[in-house]
Amino acid sequence: MVERRTGIAVLAHVVMILGALIVAFPIYMAFVASTHAPQDIMQSPMPLWPGSNLWASYSAALTGSSGGGTPVARMIWVSFVITAIITVGKISISLLSAFAVVYFRFPLRQLCFWLIFITLMLPVEVRIGPTYQVVADLGMINTYAGLSVPLIASATATFLFRQFFLTVPDELVEAARVDGAGPMRFFKDILVPLSVTSIAALFVIQFIYGWNQYLWPLIAATSQDMYPIVVGIKQIIGTGESVSEWNVVMATAVLAMLPPAIVVVLMQKWFVKGLVDTEK
Amino acid sequence: MASIELKNVIKRYGSGKTANQVIHGVNAQIKDGEFIVIVGPSGCGKSTLLRMVAGLEEISDGQISIGGRVVNDLEPSDRDIAMVFQNYALYPHMTVFENMAYGLKIANVPMDEIKARVDKAAKILELAPYLERKPKALSGGQRQRVAMGRAIVRQPQVFLFDEPLSNLDAKLRAQTRLEIQKLHRELGITSLFVTHDQVEAMTLAQRMIVMNGGVMEQFGTPEEVYTRPASTFVASFIGSPPMNLLKNAPDAQPGVITGIRPEHLDITPTGWALQVEAVEMLGAERLIYGKWAHKLHAADADETVIIRIEESAAVPALGSTLHVTPRADRIHHFNASTGKRMDTV
Repeated sequence: MVERRTGIAVLAHVVMILGALIVAFPIYMAFVASTHAPQDIMQSPMPLWPGSNLWASYSAALTGSSGGGTPVARMIWVSFVITAIITVGKISISLLSAFAVVYFRFPLRQLCFWLIFITLMLPVEVRIGPTYQVVADLGMINTYAGLSVPLIASATATFLFRQFFLTVPDELVEAARVDGAGPMRFFKDILVPLSVTSIAALFVIQFIYGWNQYLWPLIAATSQDMYPIVVGIKQIIGTGESVSEWNVVMATAVLAMLPPAIVVVLMQKWFVKGLVDTEK
Repeated sequence: MASIELKNVIKRYGSGKTANQVIHGVNAQIKDGEFIVIVGPSGCGKSTLLRMVAGLEEISDGQISIGGRVVNDLEPSDRDIAMVFQNYALYPHMTVFENMAYGLKIANVPMDEIKARVDKAAKILELAPYLERKPKALSGGQRQRVAMGRAIVRQPQVFLFDEPLSNLDAKLRAQTRLEIQKLHRELGITSLFVTHDQVEAMTLAQRMIVMNGGVMEQFGTPEEVYTRPASTFVASFIGSPPMNLLKNAPDAQPGVITGIRPEHLDITPTGWALQVEAVEMLGAERLIYGKWAHKLHAADADETVIIRIEESAAVPALGSTLHVTPRADRIHHFNASTGKRMDTV
């Protein structure tokens, strides 16, 4: 029995390590490439160990001094602002709409819920034409609002909060009523604190979602200094005759990966709890 | 402190032809400071009635007043009541102190008074060492006490209890029962207590309301309810084992049900002849289950008569014939068609 268990443990670890390697290797290669001079990367085979050009590549990327145009520092800032607006906006709007759908009896309540739910099936890409028209007509092209607001409405988050609210015992609502808490007071004092773990999980998911937006910023941002970093990477890669400085491109990619990675690492505990925890 | 008055209170769900009426006009006058227990089987409407007093259910018809003030259209928080829920309904993210203080905080009571009131309640309920804990870190009995503490600090006119003991184990339940009694003696606040447990009802109540199918069957002291049940339902619901309700007692008139509690049947040399079917040992006493020895009326003569005897008394052999005599002053009569008590036969 003990032997069999060790066998399974070894097998599990082999599979796990293989999987991790497959995922990690390209990231490692990006990092390695960012530490070499441009001409070293073009050699065949490509070097597998970090080189000595780390400082030069990253400072070139951050300041944009290598002729690529916008500094990465600026792009990270743009990304960060957009992502923050999207994440906070999505969570607050979803919390409120789920609250309305679950706790209030108003005409066409069920219809409202289904309308929200149906939009789940319509990703940004499908409505990108009309959305662009609206944003352009409102003069929001190349603004933080234009880049983030159209991405805020979220059926997924509303649905998740609705499901969570449905598990909150009725007695708790009644106890709050007896205690004299009005609806918004109940929402603020009881419902939101109870949803903290769900909010944390959604924060992680939505942060990554916002950070990784590509298509919408690509059309809604036309000026270089409003490019978020994910779009910026593409712009740094030279087209046609100009030579790509791959070390700078890779440094930019590594920098782009860092913020979501930090968010995931810092919030991992909450993230797992929010998705798994059913105890209230 | 306040009296409570229920005037022809009706609850129905839905409207028009599909309306489903679940409370059929309850009338009751509850005096200031009384401890009233509402008891009945599940689905009899006892919780609904309590929730209507609390303001958590709308009153379809009739009128409820607390302390002379009609509360039909008032929010629960404006009715000057406090409620203890079956599952305690403590706010899981708040400490014991915050749980108890929440209602006061909303009512804008100054912080030092909140603290004084919570500390006092915590002292009464022996919760002082746990004030900084979250409900998750408390045992069932402690959570129950926090729920009561939350009710006490509000200093309400009326306490409402919705089966607060049903989630406790037997020992804790008996203990908490005594605590609730003590609390009521000390605070003297009018209380409505819903339970399905007749022992709880008998021990706690100053007066009790027995409900069945949305109708108030009887409203009286535990003694009255036990010794003079108003209907066959009350007679069979209160008391364990239940009262014998006999259609075929030897000297019965047609259309009259004879009721006699098992402890009021004495084994005598002559009297009602019964055939012993089973004997149960309960510790301090034994229950003898008997059937009529000679079928009196052919139709439904198959009635079981339960007799309660002392543990030390002689045990009759199974299958033997036993003679019992009911104590004359303990015989009850009920109308066989309405089930209502008949005081003159």
